[in-house]
Amino acid sequence: MSKNTVNIIIDGVEIEAQEGQTILQAADDAGVYIPRLCYLKGLIPGGHCRVCTVKVNGRPASSCTFPVSEGLVIENDTEELTTLRRTVVEMLFAEGNHVCPACEASGNCELQAMAYRLGMLAVTLPFLRKPRELDATHPDVFIDRDRCILCGRCARASEAEGKRVFGFEGRGINKRIAVDGEHGLKETDLKAADRAARACPTGCLRLKRIGWKVPVGQRQYDTTPIGSDIEQKQPVG
Amino acid sequence: MAKPLVATAPFTGCFGCHMSLLDIDERILDLVELVEFDKSPINDIKTFTRPVDVGLLEGGISNDENYEQLKLFRKHCKILISVGQCAITGGVPACRNTVPLKECLEEAYLNGPTVVDGGVLPNDPDIPILLDKVYPCHEVVKIDYFLPGCPPSADTLWAALTALLTGKDVGLPYELIKYD
Ligand code: SF4
Ligand code: SF4
Ligand code: SF4
Ligand code: FES
Repeated sequence: MSKNTVNIIIDGVEIEAQEGQTILQAADDAGVYIPRLCYLKGLIPGGHCRVCTVKVNGRPASSCTFPVSEGLVIENDTEELTTLRRTVVEMLFAEGNHVCPACEASGNCELQAMAYRLGMLAVTLPFLRKPRELDATHPDVFIDRDRCILCGRCARASEAEGKRVFGFEGRGINKRIAVDGEHGLKETDLKAADRAARACPTGCLRLKRIGWKVPVGQRQYDTTPIGSDIEQKQPVG
Repeated sequence: MAKPLVATAPFTGCFGCHMSLLDIDERILDLVELVEFDKSPINDIKTFTRPVDVGLLEGGISNDENYEQLKLFRKHCKILISVGQCAITGGVPACRNTVPLKECLEEAYLNGPTVVDGGVLPNDPDIPILLDKVYPCHEVVKIDYFLPGCPPSADTLWAALTALLTGKDVGLPYELIKYD
């Protein structure tokens, strides 16, 4: 065992992790999928969505921000946590205005795919039905805030590439994703090739003119559950 | 043993979910062996005359008639199933939920680009009165099962119905849970 390696246990299986990693990163490397929405590989973790909640030594914690240390005992794939995560995902659906049959992200959307994976058949919480603003001013990119889950991936990606096109505005239920341009996205220096323009897990921030290009049945999550790529890396257990 | 009775309802939907039920191809012959259809637009039976085992609901609740009918379905059916995104979330008709009803009506009948000669708001007493929003069925009455999809595929409907009618668990496999 090298000096900066620690051992942690996820669902009864011992896993070797690198010091400085988060639980989620260590699990990814070991081929164990922990559901997540606001985490995107290569970006600083945000800790916003709580879909990645695990139990660390019996207490709930977000695995995308929790650093590993020797001997941590983690629960991940349990009925209790699946129910909790499904409830969090239901809240995201209830808060926004998601009409999957009319959404060009359908089939390629991480929020929808997460709901499928967690077995969500209906949103049992009452819908909020709050109008949200659409921004179609940019020639190549649009923002349909009805579908925003406030994960902050666009903002963190933009900051990482030195642009700060996106940021949060307001608090609590009035929180929204804002852009660095008085009259919308067209006044920002966002380019279609930016990582920020491709970091959104939902149908909110998308490139124009590519919707419905991939036929139903061949889209990313039509037959393959989200997280399969990580689980296929190295089967555990 | 008498065959289980099935009723179906068309609320605010496009009839696509009913079409999907008919799309089970030759299995429709097995289905009529398995169940008897009661009140349904498929056979044009318009009133409940006896207790029904399973009610299949298509569409959300957008007007007073939908509302009354859904209450009737709950009263007469042992099991109610919301079939499709319209019944489960309001679906595409629920796109109007973030716009005030007055604005929707005015845009459609008074100010829209296809309106000629000023237009008029529909006010015939036979037309159901619109509700303020389009509601999923389970925000109005208790719903026992949900079969998502737009429409749920014939395979989804077949798998769920046969499981339910033969007393098995309705757990849908990954490939059959879809919201589009
Ligand atoms: S963003 Fe995803 S969940 Fe929302 S409507 Fe589009 S496909 Fe559905
Ligand atoms: S626009 Fe997309 S990436 Fe940005 S916060 Fe909303 S959901 Fe997340
Ligand atoms: S769920 Fe889709 S197919 Fe079914 S009634 Fe609604 S729009 Fe039509
Ligand atoms: S992925 Fe950890 S909080 Fe969102």
